[in-house]
Amino acid sequence: MFNLIKDTLLSQVVTLWHVFSHAFVKADTVQYPEEQPYMFPRWRGRIILSRDPDGEERCVACNLCAVACPVDCIALQKTEDEDGRWYPEFFRINFSRCIMCGFCEEACPTYAIQLTPDFEMAEYTRQDMVWEKEDLLISGTGKYHDYSFYRVAGKSIKGKDKGEALNEAAPVDVRSLLT
Amino acid sequence: MAKIVIDGVSYEVDPNNNLLQECLSQGLDLPYFCWHPCMGSVGACRQCAVKQYLDADDKDGTLVMACMTPASDGAIISIEDEQARSFRADVIESLMISHPHDCPVCEEGGECHLQDMTLMSGHNYRRYDKKKVTHRNQYLGPFINHEMNRCIACYRCVRYYDDYAGGTDLSAQASHHHVYFGRQADGVLESEFSGNLVEVCPTGVFTDKGFSKHYVRKWDLQSAPSVCVGCAVGCNTTPGERYGSLRRLVNRYNSEINGYFLCDRGRFGFDYVNSEQRLKEPVRLLDSESRTLSSEELAATLAEFSSSRAIGIGSPRASNESNFMLRCLVGDENFYSGFSDTEHGAVQSIIELAADPAFHCPSISEIEQADAVVILSEDVTNTAPRLALALRQSVRNKALSLAEDCHIPQWQDAAVRELAQQQRSPLCILSSYATRLDDVASDTVIESPRVLSAIGFAIANKISATAASSDGGATEGYGELIARVAAQLMAAKRPLVIAGTTAGDTDLIRAAANIARALQEKRGEKPVDLCLLVPEVNSMGLGMLVNKENTLGRALEKLSSGAVSHAVVLENDLYRRADSGVVDAALSRLDNLMVLDLLDTPTTAKASVVLPTTAFSEHEATYVNYEGRAQLSFQVHRNHSAAKPAWRWLNGDQECDVETMVNRCSSEAKGFDKLGQLLPDPAQFVAGMKIPRQSQRYSGRTAIKANLNVHEPKQAVDSESVMAFSMEGISAQKDAAFMASSWAPQWNSNQSISKFQEEINGKLKQGHTGTLLIKKLADSGAYLQAESAYPDVSKGSLEVVLAQQIFGSDELSARSNSIQERMTDPYIGISPADAQAQGVQHGDMVSLDGIDAPVVVCIRSKMRTGVAAIYCGNGEINPHALPETISLGKSESAMGERGIRGLIISDVLEDY
Amino acid sequence: MTWEVGSYLNIGVILGLVIFIAAMLIWVERRLLGLWQERLGPNRVGWFGLLQVAADMIKIFTKEDWIPPFADRMSFVLAPAIIMVVILTSFAVIPFAPGVGVVDSNIGILFVLAMASLGAYSVMLGGLSSDNKYALLGALRAAAQMVSYEVFMGISLLGVVALSGSFNLREIVIAQSDGWYIFPQFIGFVIFLIAGIAESHRLPFDIPEAEQEICSGYHTEYSGMKFGMFFVGEYLGLVLIASLLTVLFFGGWLGPAFLPPIFWFAIKAFGFIAFFILLRAAIPRPRYDQLMTYGWLFLLPLSLLNLLVTGAIILVTQ
Repeated sequence: MFNLIKDTLLSQVVTLWHVFSHAFVKADTVQYPEEQPYMFPRWRGRIILSRDPDGEERCVACNLCAVACPVDCIALQKTEDEDGRWYPEFFRINFSRCIMCGFCEEACPTYAIQLTPDFEMAEYTRQDMVWEKEDLLISGTGKYHDYSFYRVAGKSIKGKDKGEALNEAAPVDVRSLLT
Repeated sequence: MAKIVIDGVSYEVDPNNNLLQECLSQGLDLPYFCWHPCMGSVGACRQCAVKQYLDADDKDGTLVMACMTPASDGAIISIEDEQARSFRADVIESLMISHPHDCPVCEEGGECHLQDMTLMSGHNYRRYDKKKVTHRNQYLGPFINHEMNRCIACYRCVRYYDDYAGGTDLSAQASHHHVYFGRQADGVLESEFSGNLVEVCPTGVFTDKGFSKHYVRKWDLQSAPSVCVGCAVGCNTTPGERYGSLRRLVNRYNSEINGYFLCDRGRFGFDYVNSEQRLKEPVRLLDSESRTLSSEELAATLAEFSSSRAIGIGSPRASNESNFMLRCLVGDENFYSGFSDTEHGAVQSIIELAADPAFHCPSISEIEQADAVVILSEDVTNTAPRLALALRQSVRNKALSLAEDCHIPQWQDAAVRELAQQQRSPLCILSSYATRLDDVASDTVIESPRVLSAIGFAIANKISATAASSDGGATEGYGELIARVAAQLMAAKRPLVIAGTTAGDTDLIRAAANIARALQEKRGEKPVDLCLLVPEVNSMGLGMLVNKENTLGRALEKLSSGAVSHAVVLENDLYRRADSGVVDAALSRLDNLMVLDLLDTPTTAKASVVLPTTAFSEHEATYVNYEGRAQLSFQVHRNHSAAKPAWRWLNGDQECDVETMVNRCSSEAKGFDKLGQLLPDPAQFVAGMKIPRQSQRYSGRTAIKANLNVHEPKQAVDSESVMAFSMEGISAQKDAAFMASSWAPQWNSNQSISKFQEEINGKLKQGHTGTLLIKKLADSGAYLQAESAYPDVSKGSLEVVLAQQIFGSDELSARSNSIQERMTDPYIGISPADAQAQGVQHGDMVSLDGIDAPVVVCIRSKMRTGVAAIYCGNGEINPHALPETISLGKSESAMGERGIRGLIISDVLEDY
Repeated sequence: MTWEVGSYLNIGVILGLVIFIAAMLIWVERRLLGLWQERLGPNRVGWFGLLQVAADMIKIFTKEDWIPPFADRMSFVLAPAIIMVVILTSFAVIPFAPGVGVVDSNIGILFVLAMASLGAYSVMLGGLSSDNKYALLGALRAAAQMVSYEVFMGISLLGVVALSGSFNLREIVIAQSDGWYIFPQFIGFVIFLIAGIAESHRLPFDIPEAEQEICSGYHTEYSGMKFGMFFVGEYLGLVLIASLLTVLFFGGWLGPAFLPPIFWFAIKAFGFIAFFILLRAAIPRPRYDQLMTYGWLFLLPLSLLNLLVTGAIILVTQ
């Protein structure tokens, strides 16, 4: 009986007291916009497409962000340039659907798509919330400065032949019986 | 049936199979690479290791490769065993040592067997700190992309390409971890079945080049079960669409027809659907000015055509519904066939023979079981390519029976091949020129058509003396061959006779029928396999719909006589069906010609009214294949222009959905009464739910059209079909017969098909959409007599036979980009002796008498002297304008851009 | 026009004030929740965000008043009106202060209980007419919950009635001049408090609208002012329960003479309102079956016992 009262009633009263005691603690509210909050670098705000250290588009149009997106607000089409690089022919994010969950960033194998601490994204017309690649692409590397997908991956592109990627041996001569 | 125990659970399995196959048949997950359901086991990859125990007391067990171990009665194995598990994890770790970390830029990503198996085996991090082995890639032609770094050396590609498909130009090179799969040098892969490498390769070494140009991942493709319209075989396919264009086409498993493989025409020849030249608007051409028709004008025009006793010309490449609707519009007596006259006769006799109880028209899987085959002058590789691949398997029946005698399991692929060496079941090819199957043929006879048909009749006569005899003079010197082939056919368990319409000689069909009838007479009750090929997807359907006497020739006669003022041509280019002069004469007398087609043709250019129609992937339709098997092909995507299915145009204003149309055709057209059975029964679907065309992972739904308008439109509703343009509905796994694209948890690649089969290589769990239409008569017919007349070849002229090309002879696929890269200009194939006599050289341009366009000379070492094989190209030369004999003249014109450089035939003399 | 119980002026002022207070409670609640959750709450519109209510009103009045095509129109429109009407009617018998009130009824308590029962119809009709599975589930839960808790709500009051010997709320207040009933009737007070929250389906007993489980329960399909009426109805219910607690257990307007009686009433009632808001801030929602078990197996026997003991003591002492 005592335990029952302790569990049902007393614990509720204790909870009430704890919550009530918060009345005497200073509020955490930041009075935006007069006061600007500190935005953490990994805050999940506006999405951008970054470039690799050589200034080339990082996105290789692998479609993983699009499939990871729970609201399906990313659409893109792969194309290929004469150097053999894959890149998106178009890359569209419908920000009016985006929920800033960051799954796209987690899915991205090339660090191309990144969420930034910019949260001031309101627009007067909804149509303006549809962003194309031209709007999304920034000229820097974003949060990851040194990574370049093609330096790691075994696909050869212009300027990086077979065997020149990370941890790769020179191409095999299949006519040779030795080695 | 054998009982085996897997991880403590006992299963009933087939002891004639190996453990891996039976584990998969039971729906268990066991990783594998080198094993392929169609190619047996070689035990190369060591990935399917399981633990096998001697008996219930054995606690230690032995590691065995499941694919190399028979599922013998009483076997106790464990897949989950820790040692087996870690063995598999170690194997995949070693296989992945040099894998290049490029999944994001790999076309296989997302449907990669290697990805699936890596995940299943539990490997995720490369511990090996030495360098990765790399390889140079090769150019392999317009179809296939090569990225050798991704290879894990499972040998599936060469086992498929060389052993299964008979290719000679892809091989394993170098040794140990340097092993390389490619050609001797860069160049086009020669096999007509090279496209299957894309599906056979468990990873991204061989990928679809055309698909890569507008690549999207597998899960983003909107797809539906479809039927290939490239030839009369009717292979089951899955076309995939994204952003409004058709992106690729892959095989859809059907145990009775195509199994796991397609030909390259089918796989790569769909691109015309996306063509810029597609007709988009209904137009009226008046005084050489074209004007888009309004809906009122259209209704008036249709009313005019239906009330004016117009004649209608059907099409072998249009669906049953469209042909039937045209027949309804113009009436039975005014509905004419869209074949050439010779072909019409041939198709009609094929339909008659198909109803004969003495014969059975074999499906592709039955053809693979044939152990003695005779082909009468049909170049199957170029007219019904998938059938040629089946014939390559049929000659292996000898090897399989040898293996049986030695108690070697049939799935022990390497052992069976080693045992048989070059021994094959008999395959006798009678042809006017060398074919691509000659390398596996036991006898090849290259002769003029007269001799070929005489040999055919003689074989029949040899088997049964009651069969008509033939011209003894023609078969001189072939007595031994005739006796041998007759004996081979008689000795076989399942003999097969193949003929077809494309050789242009109906006597060959009669001869084939006689051989089959003689076999049936001598061998007893069971019908004998007789495969009579027609050239186009719905040749059989049209042949069944049209009256026997309503030939195209009579229609053209009627038109040129001025007896009728209106004509409707359905998806047909008449200039491919009859002599241009005759067609011109007929059409010029005509005031009102309505042509319905999807692409512009010489015939649409003559029309006064042109109505655009939808392509195969844009409508639901039924087609009848060479066996008389009707199949339902679903709509994959919508056409956003004004194009409609032809039957819908012809139906005018009346509201009608495709299912009603199929049912009408089924109840009203003679011989089509089983067509209605193709339609899915809506009662089998829970709560009226539809089958989604899009995968569960379909992406970009709220962004695809956001650039046009941020307010997303409602998803398109398909009110006609059991499929929906949506990702919602019944999970595809619940109803495999309408499976757009196979997928199962952990199985993202096409290997997931095993989850939908009753057993490996068996039927799909829900059966197939297809039904044989032709009813057998009670009594079989009589032997046939030779009827054809052959020309007398004068000195200096050559007897004409027509040659076909897999890439180019089919009208629609010839308008696809990647197919065009493989097409050649028209050529004339002549023997070296004739070339010398005519004073021409390989690659010279010559003119043929009566023909405007020049052709390229191709000297073929195996041609019979006095015979010329003419390939007409994609409509450049009208085959119906060719005389029976021809003489060559010099032509000054230069060789076209394509020339005959890409020609892949076995007997082009190398030194030319 | 005179200022006495039942005068038009009296009625008008009470009606106006009650609705105004209920509306202002929206602001009060948000500010208090903010206070206890270490944030500010609405503070932008007007002084300390006081005009937030006005802004909300403008918004809610100009919103599309959508009636779903599949809903049953008449009961859909009727439902929110019922809750407003029955709760406002209940205020008729509340004695705010000497001379302040609408009716001086001899059956005040019974009237309040009867009106509370009618309130269940509003929720049920709203849920049923919406033709929506969440709304239906909400309505089912509301019906069961309200019917159950009415039982011990009534029984818990009987102790007070027995002590005061009257159903007249004004007399009950006067009877407390010697001591508030909170002391002799503590158990009755606790049960009435719990039942009162359940009856007005405030958090933590907002099971009929439990957003996380059933969307918004019975008012899922409501928008605009019809939703607003449900919303304000809830706050009116809150004020009503707080007033009843004040009247029945805390001596109503009684208090030291340095403040006028109406102020004592207001202070006490506001104390309860603040307590209800604290409950919302602190206590999580029980499961539906827990609520029912708790009611029937614990509160009902307890309230019966309370009545028995009270009755026995009265018998013995008199």
